[in-house]
Amino acid sequence: MSLLKALFRHPSGRIGATIVLVYLLLAAMGWIGLTPHDPLAQNRIARLQPPSARYWLGTDLFGRDVASRLMTGIGQSFLIAFLSVAVAASVGTVLGLVAAWFERFWDGILMRSMDILLAFPAILLAMLVVAVLGPGTWTSVLAIAFVYMPIFTRVVRGPALSLKNREFVDAARTFGSSTGYIVTRHLLLNIVAPLTVQVTLALAWALLTEAGLSFLGLGTQPPAASLGVMLSDSRNLMEMAPWLMICPAIAIMGGILGFNLLGDALRDILDPKTRVARA
Amino acid sequence: MNTLIRRLAAFPLVLLGVSSLVFVAIRLVPGDAITAMLGTQAGLLTPAQKAALAAYFGLDRPWIAQYWHWLRALLHGDLGISVTYGKPVLEVILQRFPLTLELALLSMAIALVIGVPAGVYAATHAERRSDLVLRIGAMIGQSTPSFVFGLVIIYVLSAGFGVLPAMGTFTPLLKDPLANLGQLILPALTLGAAFAAAVTRIARSAMLDVLSEDYVRTARSRGVPARGVIWRHALPNALIPVVTVSGIEFGYLLGGAVIVEQLFALPGLGRMVLDAILQRDYALVQGTVLFIAFNFMVVNLLVDLTYVWLDPRIRARG
Repeated sequence: MSLLKALFRHPSGRIGATIVLVYLLLAAMGWIGLTPHDPLAQNRIARLQPPSARYWLGTDLFGRDVASRLMTGIGQSFLIAFLSVAVAASVGTVLGLVAAWFERFWDGILMRSMDILLAFPAILLAMLVVAVLGPGTWTSVLAIAFVYMPIFTRVVRGPALSLKNREFVDAARTFGSSTGYIVTRHLLLNIVAPLTVQVTLALAWALLTEAGLSFLGLGTQPPAASLGVMLSDSRNLMEMAPWLMICPAIAIMGGILGFNLLGDALRDILDPKTRVARA
Repeated sequence: MNTLIRRLAAFPLVLLGVSSLVFVAIRLVPGDAITAMLGTQAGLLTPAQKAALAAYFGLDRPWIAQYWHWLRALLHGDLGISVTYGKPVLEVILQRFPLTLELALLSMAIALVIGVPAGVYAATHAERRSDLVLRIGAMIGQSTPSFVFGLVIIYVLSAGFGVLPAMGTFTPLLKDPLANLGQLILPALTLGAAFAAAVTRIARSAMLDVLSEDYVRTARSRGVPARGVIWRHALPNALIPVVTVSGIEFGYLLGGAVIVEQLFALPGLGRMVLDAILQRDYALVQGTVLFIAFNFMVVNLLVDLTYVWLDPRIRARG
């Protein structure tokens, strides 16, 4: 509760949280189909209509309602971002804890493997995964998770390694606490703060990567709406129908901005060291 | 120095890991290389002819044998033959690389020229209105995907001024520097914008950290003019995180900026890899990814060396 309070007292936290909440609402409405029009319904009479009372954000080349497509697009992008970050964070955290706990052999193997993954540019690695599995929603989730997992492993391993040698962990061991208990209660619980910040920032990257993959035609496949696909489709029509480009562009930027602001605020609040420098 | 030697020793190991990962991944892509190469003409070949082609490119042998053969050739500087281009892989890479390198350098120059002064200015005017404006600008810049920024540039140019950026062709730098710059400036601005935003943010927070340190206070109390304190005493130390961020970003850009290359129809490394993956050009994908990973690691190593150069404290410890 105190975290929420602190978040709303922090200027960028307030703005970031508000943006993310609005997007979540739009995404939820997009998922359950609560959109002004059917996002896939084509209407040949109402092609390329500018924004109006009937079509708030205009229509596209096939007469589909841009506002409705935007809402399902946000829903799709958020779904992929949340799922991929959930996978990346959980797998990355477990690997980081394993590396820190067992040290030596497992640490060496795991961290060198992460070095290998980190030697790839993110979008290239994602492209390879998509090429192997074929484009689609689940592939995007896996590809993005695969790209960001090593970052979580690194974020968890460092603090876990130093926490492991602290006295309270020794004490817990002397009392006979089980390994599982020590790892989850004493290590993991103390890393929650940096992990939360990382999750928020990773959500921003995931949105960015998803939009990039879709833009290249490797993510969500048409006719399904996705912010990247909508932007890519707008390229040849931008002079005739600029709203086709402007709407998804603002939607992508806004979502990423929201998570970035939230991540910054969380870092300020949860890490006292940076509070002075960034305040 | 020890860490440096350890890093260098890990180099071949990581590259070996990268190469085997790519080797397996690209072979898991559905469909075979010969059919992908021939496209619609694949149907005209008899199975025997296809098998002969596969044998020519060494694709008929078990994976392990192919990998071993590829590794041995690699040690002799031979990256194999690209199935799509019918040329040595290294030649194809080196043909595309100058554009990618130039684009990366240009983007970094733009980012540093805008980002460092903006960050220093924001830090020395912390909590004032100008600082707030710069911070909001940097935050928005960092949240804007490169292709959104690129599309906006193209839109403003075409709708506002009726001009379209030169696309599709590429003039090498040495042949016609002006034409070359004209083709690269918009993509470089596109990539440089988000890059500059990241540099501004990191320069600001690093500068704020440094300005609160004792030696800066000492210099101030000794009567060193404010300008001297900022540029001579504080900035060199504040540059360390800036070098890290720019180095990582530059390293990524050397791998090709697929999306921006696609947007501006530039024949860079990024688009080549994308095409090679889609064409299942095994040798080309393997060679290029290895080349990219190698560059990325070299850049990271150079970043570490720059720390030592910028911060004498690290030098003493090493």
